[in-house]
Amino acid sequence: MTNDTSSGYRDAEPDVEHPTDSGHTLQLSDVGGLEGAHPSVVAARDRFSDAIVDHEVVSGDEHILHVRRDASLEVIRWLKEDPEHTYNYLSDVTAVDYGEGRPLQVVYQLFSIPFRRFLRVKVELPLESLEIESVVPLWQAANWLEREVYDMFGITFLNHPDLRRILMPDNYAEGHPLRKDFPLRGRFTRAEQTRRALARQPEDDYIPAEFDGTRRPQVVAWKETGGEAVPREVMQPMAPSPDQDS
Amino acid sequence: MPTRTVEFEVTRTAEAGLDFRPAQGPLAPIDLPEPTLDSESMLINVGPQHPATHGVLRLVLELDGETVVRCIPHIGYLHSSFEKLGEYRTWNQIIPLTDRMDYLAPLIYNCAFAMAVEKMMGVEVTERCKVTRVIMMEMDRIFSHLLWLGTWAIDVGAFTPFLYAFQQREKVYKLHEAYTGARITTSATRIGGMMADLPEGWAEGVREFANGLPATLDEIEHLLSHNGIHLARTQGVGAISGEDAINYGFSGPNLRASGVPYDVRKDRPYYDYESYDFEVPIGEHGDCYDRYMVRVEEMRQSLKILHQALDRLPGGPMNVDDQKVILPRKSELMSDMASMIHHFKLAMEGVQAPPGESYFPIEGSKGELGMYVVSDGGSKPVRWRVRPPSFINLSVIPKLVEGGFLADVIMVNASLDIVLGEIDR
Repeated sequence: MTNDTSSGYRDAEPDVEHPTDSGHTLQLSDVGGLEGAHPSVVAARDRFSDAIVDHEVVSGDEHILHVRRDASLEVIRWLKEDPEHTYNYLSDVTAVDYGEGRPLQVVYQLFSIPFRRFLRVKVELPLESLEIESVVPLWQAANWLEREVYDMFGITFLNHPDLRRILMPDNYAEGHPLRKDFPLRGRFTRAEQTRRALARQPEDDYIPAEFDGTRRPQVVAWKETGGEAVPREVMQPMAPSPDQDS
Repeated sequence: MPTRTVEFEVTRTAEAGLDFRPAQGPLAPIDLPEPTLDSESMLINVGPQHPATHGVLRLVLELDGETVVRCIPHIGYLHSSFEKLGEYRTWNQIIPLTDRMDYLAPLIYNCAFAMAVEKMMGVEVTERCKVTRVIMMEMDRIFSHLLWLGTWAIDVGAFTPFLYAFQQREKVYKLHEAYTGARITTSATRIGGMMADLPEGWAEGVREFANGLPATLDEIEHLLSHNGIHLARTQGVGAISGEDAINYGFSGPNLRASGVPYDVRKDRPYYDYESYDFEVPIGEHGDCYDRYMVRVEEMRQSLKILHQALDRLPGGPMNVDDQKVILPRKSELMSDMASMIHHFKLAMEGVQAPPGESYFPIEGSKGELGMYVVSDGGSKPVRWRVRPPSFINLSVIPKLVEGGFLADVIMVNASLDIVLGEIDR
């Protein structure tokens, strides 16, 4: 943000409290009294004094709890299961990439239906180790949400039951689209993208799990040359998805 | 005297080679395997091009006879990377992207995005704008539920409700067109207000639609609610308990059908929803039939809100009086230097948002629709995230259909009210 007041354009900001330009950090933790407005924040700070890195308030009434990565599951589990807080509804799991080499943030939007309380939990992940504990053991809702974060940001969720791409094809090789270092048009050239699109096989649209299990699915492919049905085991195995980023 | 006739017939049969007696004794028994109840399961694809998937959704189903053993959904066929595109657009330029997500209730998405950005910027919109947005959101909730009702009826095998529902939808299409010029891609909101003031007679048009709808709803309910085929295909199908529904992230009518009274309009009220008199219908069994009942009742409640909002629609300006947010009027632009500078800045750079972030959930037609916007102080977002209600509702489908029948998959999928544009984004 540039405070260009020469044109008189930025001089009358809307009447909200927002920090001055101190690099990238948007710290509001020292604003007195705000913490007391949210009982869960106070209680979490008492209980996990060293796991809570920071607390900030944005947009008037939205409280953010910054949690250390190694304690994230513990803190979130406590927030969910403690009877005085009961954040039983997981609204959203997403991530934010600010670019410029800053750590990625995993963002949990929690809501407590009994107490009608809202809390946002943020966990920072350094770019060189994008790993965090999955919250699927707590909420099944996190299953697809974490898959999407993995697909779009390349963050690995440990102990996730089914961590694979969800919106992009399973063998998509250009990386993770919502990262800031990912160009809008993709990493490959247009020609390469077209070539890959044309080279796609029907088997690419299946995942190995669909052919596993005790029951043998009756899947056959049509062999073009002989014109006869070929059972699945004769077919080539699916190409492993090369991942450029990790 | 010998009987000539018999002799002749026997002779002729033998000569013609038409003797049917077995030449080499009786047939040997065929070696058949012992019959068992085990059978190989079959893998079938439903979609991505199938009318009952309501979009380009592909379900890979493993069937044992007619029972679904496993269901693996595949999505992403409509993926357009709206969230990435948004990072290259100014705040107001993102609004056209939002209505392409949920083309069944575009105004709700327009409003939700504008509201999130306004909250982050600390902009308080005018009273007239607030009430207008409530009217639009409730109108589009009905608009979306009507499409759901029609396609749901088709999936259950009834065609007439579809025609009745689309007759009413056409009225909303016309209202969209009268206000924005577009029937689906409305792009009606702006940061700090709306694209224009309401055209003359528009509110009366909404009133007319609201007055005419209950009769159609009664007619459709008369056809479906006590229809034996409809009951048999939906009651007890795809049931989920309230506890599971919360754990799986269900929201909106799907969650309420399981008996959880969570409605964002009541629990985290925005735009004075607490001052409107309406009730939140709750289901009991969490099955397809309850989801149907909850949605039909929700339309009636939305009509109630619609009438109240139309009654209280105040006069006054539609947009905020802040030239850093809203373009100045043309007359001012031509006569006032400051207005011209503001106009230039807004047109060239777009609205500037201070650094900060906001997660703004509203009760969309499909469930809790959250817009999460992060700004670093520029005219473009660092991150724009949509909490997609249909996406999370759809992720439950394996739990709902596994163990049920193949025919029930269609009903369960219809009962979830998904829109693939928003799932894939």
